[in-house]
Amino acid sequence: MARMATTRRVAISTAAAWLFGFLIFFPILWMVLASFKTELEAFAIPPSFLFFHWTTENYATVQERSDYLLHALNSIIIAGGSTVIALLIAIPAAWSMAFSPTKRTKDILLWMLSTKMMPPVGVLVPIYLIYKTFGLLDSRIGLVFILCLGNLPIVIWMLFTYFKEIPRDILEAARMDGATIGRELVYVLTPMAIPGLASTLLLNLILAWNEAFWTLNLSTSNAAPLTTFIASYSSPEGLFWAKLSAASTLAIAPILVLGWFSQKQLVRGLTFGAVK
Amino acid sequence: MGQITLQGVQKSFGPVHIIKGADLEIADGSFVVFVGPSGCGKTTLLRLIAGLEDVSGGNILIDGKNVVDTPPAKRGLSMVFQSYALYPHMSVRGNIGFGLKMAGLPRDEINRKVEAAAATLNLTPYLDRKPRELSGGQRQRVAIGRAIVREPKAFLFDEPLSNLDAALRVQMRIEVTRLQKQLGTTAIYVTHDQVEAMTMADKIVVLNGGKIEQYGSPLELYERPANLFVAGFIGSPKMNFVTGELASERGAATIGVRPEHLKIEREGAGGWPGTIAVAEHLGSDTFLYVEAGPLGMLTARHVGELSLGAGDRVSLVPDPARIHRFDESGNALRG
Repeated sequence: MARMATTRRVAISTAAAWLFGFLIFFPILWMVLASFKTELEAFAIPPSFLFFHWTTENYATVQERSDYLLHALNSIIIAGGSTVIALLIAIPAAWSMAFSPTKRTKDILLWMLSTKMMPPVGVLVPIYLIYKTFGLLDSRIGLVFILCLGNLPIVIWMLFTYFKEIPRDILEAARMDGATIGRELVYVLTPMAIPGLASTLLLNLILAWNEAFWTLNLSTSNAAPLTTFIASYSSPEGLFWAKLSAASTLAIAPILVLGWFSQKQLVRGLTFGAVK
Repeated sequence: MGQITLQGVQKSFGPVHIIKGADLEIADGSFVVFVGPSGCGKTTLLRLIAGLEDVSGGNILIDGKNVVDTPPAKRGLSMVFQSYALYPHMSVRGNIGFGLKMAGLPRDEINRKVEAAAATLNLTPYLDRKPRELSGGQRQRVAIGRAIVREPKAFLFDEPLSNLDAALRVQMRIEVTRLQKQLGTTAIYVTHDQVEAMTMADKIVVLNGGKIEQYGSPLELYERPANLFVAGFIGSPKMNFVTGELASERGAATIGVRPEHLKIEREGAGGWPGTIAVAEHLGSDTFLYVEAGPLGMLTARHVGELSLGAGDRVSLVPDPARIHRFDESGNALRG
């Protein structure tokens, strides 16, 4: 009796998990399917699910009309650059707050997080003017800079929670063994924090890759990443669903593959400290 | 060389005074144990010597040189932590050799020294394992190996055996003592276990409430405790204390007699009469807890078996030469 109840419960929760997973995944699936349709079929009602005329012409058009590779390269440089710089700043910052906290450490952490609560559009005009003055509009450096600053609070918070979990004794042992602070960071702390660093890096890459507000507002063509590339398919002449889908699929493909292979790290990273 | 001198060392965390002025002279090559109840400041004092905490006042001299402003890495000391604090991502070889690597020694010299240390500690078969693949005792030996390989001026041990089971603890206690004698390096060892203190130390520092109560050899502390605290802390089972008339007869506020210095006689043989509340028969020893009326509960130890049980009436006769006398403020009275 009891076993049957358990089996049924497992079956129900499995079904529910699949259903929920499918709901979350459906828009992406729909987008990928639409990218292989003709423009007519893409907004046909009722929509055809699998039985339509499969075509790859949208991909060809997209590549012809705009330079996918240039935008992809911009995305890689902007997401990668901002992540690397953020980590270089965040590692020492999180280290100092985790291992030699002062009375104000908690306040500083909260203050940093509070900057994420402000809507970015609130500072769009001043940032735009500053960028204009310094010639940073539509430049990769400018985007790297703004995305790095935007994600820095989250990166510091994540690293801070990882570093907190590392036993102090081990760092003190390194100090007794004659390691300077720099060597302690390089030889002891960083290798021990690798799982944490990896998931922080991944999350930050994904956030920077998907960031649309600043990239859309501060870039036009030269430095435009894939987000701008997608947006260019929603034009005044109307929406080209199939081409938009093809562009979006191309834009998310790299990060989707990265996310797929690093699922374990991501889940561990996001639930770190929550589950013991 | 490893002579360590403390001059009026103080430490406070905010308004809390942890160490209230410690003066100590530790001779080169000696094994000194800091012992005291938890919270007495013994670990803090060790960390001050290590440099892991900054002193709030006073001087720490290593071989005559004041090191209060020297970072831990430059003090030439090595430390064994209670948690072992091994580097989890390094092999045993990497752990032991880390200090030498930091000192910039060439690789073959590091290997030679690591292998020699591993051989001393029977760790040779485990050199390429990670700490998580070792047992508690083996991890402890790696931590010790990491300390000895650097040939420091002194070893600092922070309750290193408290995570081991009883049998292993006794074995490691002997190994550590033997190793220290063999190397002739000064060692400071923190423990709350007075048996460890008595068996390992050349000299014991008894700490209480951030103050050094007494500094002397184990037998000095046992035979001539400076005050009530030391008298009660050193020795197991604890010394019996008696106040009131019996004490004032001897010109003291409190007198103390160790359980092994109370002779157990049949009732009416003089001494202090009482009823046995609990008798513990260990074979080698018999411990009697005797309800002695106005004197309270007294503990008596008899070497060998004694066929007495709860409810039996006995008389406890103190050895007059072994009665310790203390004044009102708890300090020992001599002569």
